[in-house]
Amino acid sequence: MATNYETFEYDVLVIGAGGAGLRAAIEASAAGMKVGLICKSLLGKAHTVMAEGGMAAAMGNVDDRDSWKVHFADTMRGGQYVNNWRMAELHAKEAPERVHELEAWGAVFDRTKEGKISQRNFGGHRYPRLAHVGDRTGLELIRTLQDHGIHQGITVHMEYTIVSLLKDGERVVGAFGYDRERGRFRIFKAKAVVVCTGGLGRCYRVTSNSWEGTGDGVSLAYHAGAELLDMEFIQFHPTGMIWPPSVMGILVTESVRGEGGVLKNKEGRRFMYDDIPENYKSQTSLDPEEGWRYTQNDKNAKRPPELLTRDHVARCINREVKAGRGSPHGGVFLDIAWIKEKIPNSAEHIKRKLPSMYHQFMQLANLDITKEPMEVGPTTHYAMGGIRVNGDTQATNVPGLFAAGECAAGLHGANRLGGNSLSDLIVFGKRAGEYAAKYAKENPAGNVSEDQVATAYREAVEPFEHPAGSGSEGPYQVQYDLQNMMQNNVGIVRLQNEMETALAGIQQLKARAAKVAVQGHLEYNPGWHTAIDLKHLLTVAEAITMASLDRKESRGGHFREDYPNKDPEAAKYNSVISKGADGSMKFRREPIPPMPEALKQVIEEMK
Amino acid sequence: MNKTVTFRIWRGDATAGKFVDYTTEITEGLVVLDVVHKIQATQANDLACSWNCKAGKCGSCSAEVNGMPKLMCMTRMDTLDISKPITIEPMRAFPSVRDLVTDVSWNFRVKTKIKKFKPRTPDAPDGTWRMQQEDVDRVQEFRKCIECFLCQDVCHVLRDHHKHEEFIGPRFLVYTAALEMHPLDTEDRIPELKQAHGIGFCNITKCCTKVCPEHITITDNAIIPLKERVVDEFYDPFGWLWKALRPKG
Repeated sequence: MATNYETFEYDVLVIGAGGAGLRAAIEASAAGMKVGLICKSLLGKAHTVMAEGGMAAAMGNVDDRDSWKVHFADTMRGGQYVNNWRMAELHAKEAPERVHELEAWGAVFDRTKEGKISQRNFGGHRYPRLAHVGDRTGLELIRTLQDHGIHQGITVHMEYTIVSLLKDGERVVGAFGYDRERGRFRIFKAKAVVVCTGGLGRCYRVTSNSWEGTGDGVSLAYHAGAELLDMEFIQFHPTGMIWPPSVMGILVTESVRGEGGVLKNKEGRRFMYDDIPENYKSQTSLDPEEGWRYTQNDKNAKRPPELLTRDHVARCINREVKAGRGSPHGGVFLDIAWIKEKIPNSAEHIKRKLPSMYHQFMQLANLDITKEPMEVGPTTHYAMGGIRVNGDTQATNVPGLFAAGECAAGLHGANRLGGNSLSDLIVFGKRAGEYAAKYAKENPAGNVSEDQVATAYREAVEPFEHPAGSGSEGPYQVQYDLQNMMQNNVGIVRLQNEMETALAGIQQLKARAAKVAVQGHLEYNPGWHTAIDLKHLLTVAEAITMASLDRKESRGGHFREDYPNKDPEAAKYNSVISKGADGSMKFRREPIPPMPEALKQVIEEMK
Repeated sequence: MNKTVTFRIWRGDATAGKFVDYTTEITEGLVVLDVVHKIQATQANDLACSWNCKAGKCGSCSAEVNGMPKLMCMTRMDTLDISKPITIEPMRAFPSVRDLVTDVSWNFRVKTKIKKFKPRTPDAPDGTWRMQQEDVDRVQEFRKCIECFLCQDVCHVLRDHHKHEEFIGPRFLVYTAALEMHPLDTEDRIPELKQAHGIGFCNITKCCTKVCPEHITITDNAIIPLKERVVDEFYDPFGWLWKALRPKG
């Protein structure tokens, strides 16, 4: 019975407390709303802390040729023109203001000689554009929002997991979840709900995502009736750690290349020169000396090929490894130590520019990056696809439900540029909070039926009722099998028959997941939590696979060996996934709305 | 290459607990958290431990490994003597929740009591400020903090003397220092540092500095300068005289 659960009532409920969630909560609270904020972990631990390189904003502090128009054009080119152009426009225009706001809230960015916020080069950005703090920009972002937010009167619920969104008719009016510590279920009623749950990398074996990145928000929204967009576009970051095995997948920031790091195969060849895509030829240097000057902020130099977009670099690494030219542990070499040829005291320089990379390799791999090259390989990093939202308001197609950050789709198109994620969080986190507050002011509280709460509870605790012992299995094995299958069949290089195998396999895994048995109690029980995550992982895995099967071309994060080229016709639509009336997953293509002439012109000018 | 190791893990909750031995095989290149996860997946599905990033960036997997406060994700197995059982227990300065998880909510409550950042009026007409890199270096050191609370765990004022109501601990002295030394900040937090926040309890044994996984020089760079500010404000006779005589307004 619903009345048995402790119930919290808010105007706006924000699910997820990374950069987007915190920013949304701050905005809604500033609009006078009573705000609840759900964290899956402790406040300030969300995956945003892992972001290293910086946040892209065309402030023009380092190169005054930069402007929102260049940033917009870069974002669209990176996304290969299937982006939501309205989001790309708003993002480019509003990011500088959001960055300045962080400074007003206490963030301490690295400085230029004139005392302004410094900006660094990054893949796919024409000018130095990333505001940064060494290589721990994500930590700076989340801590600034956290320390500002705790004085805003937001109620924070730490270590809560949401298992279901609650509806009143078509409208989302709250959420149902439990606290990890005690396993107590709670009802959160709200006039508007903002989902900011981040990524879904955990449905792959090799990923930079933490245990939290299980696609919860995407799955919760989908099951509540929200449409998903462009799920086939997954970013495999080119440089993850590959050795030792326990750290496989952990990110090695793109800033290593931004600061002059080069990629080499085992023959010592800078293989990135071997394959420069047509649409980037005019911006890429063939001269290593010029490439070096670019990383040292020479405005007249063109960028080295190591700083091409992530999808391309990841595939080039993949190609080297498959051709037998990889490093001993199945990756390639990323060398920053070589810059000792160029600058005196390079070890100190590297430690100052890339402090956490230095420590990460020193402590986890016992390797000094100022002396030796790193071994790196692609890792599942980011979902460009996710919940379909309105570009201006971040509203989903379900009334009362909003989404922002990585779990929302549109801004990045087929491939995200590095640095565009942190700025995405603050630009659209703010917008989601603003419009959720507006919605909450205009609509009364809804009703939550006891039935749906009872159903959600039953589904959540069901794994305890399955008999343990012979014929039953725990949740971990199902999770491993799913991760392996996605890694092998719907990974960085895709093929029709492999993905068909995966789609069938997901159905079998669903049947196994429905039977997993969990022992013990509701209190802090990781086995049970994994069983609950499985439902989300399977939902997003199915969506990724279904969308990937349909897109018979290669574009951005979606590369098909059987269709290796871009198909101009396929640039005209987005992939949309929704839950059918019979409960099964439905796929359809939807035409991309025509871009206004003014924006088309911006792209032409910047070519 | 595979070796066998025994982990002696504290299992229990706020009411009672005991050490339980788990023996498992390990391969090259593992960290303590990997072994805990392996035990969790194969021998004890309900073993509670917190973790997130597994790269020393989020500060969630704090615990005591062979009695030393550590991040489990950054403690390589090849730095430990595996010929003897390795004890893994929760941070002892905070109440136990279950197994390796402690209730660190006190830290979050403490932070809300520290006055927030209050910047001076912007330097430029466009609403932005100017600061030189050398003026922010020190504050950036403090802002590296990942809030793992290992410094709080090792601090004897909290751990042994339980002064949680009178002393904010090294983490929040660093936090206060980051605000006080921020070039733009205009707030004054010195009076409460002396009173409610109990800076006098710290007798600079530097244990906090020693365990900080971010290598923040907590005692020398944060706490001692704050102590000096408190002294200047409250115990300097020339300062008193100046304050008594200076023009008000």
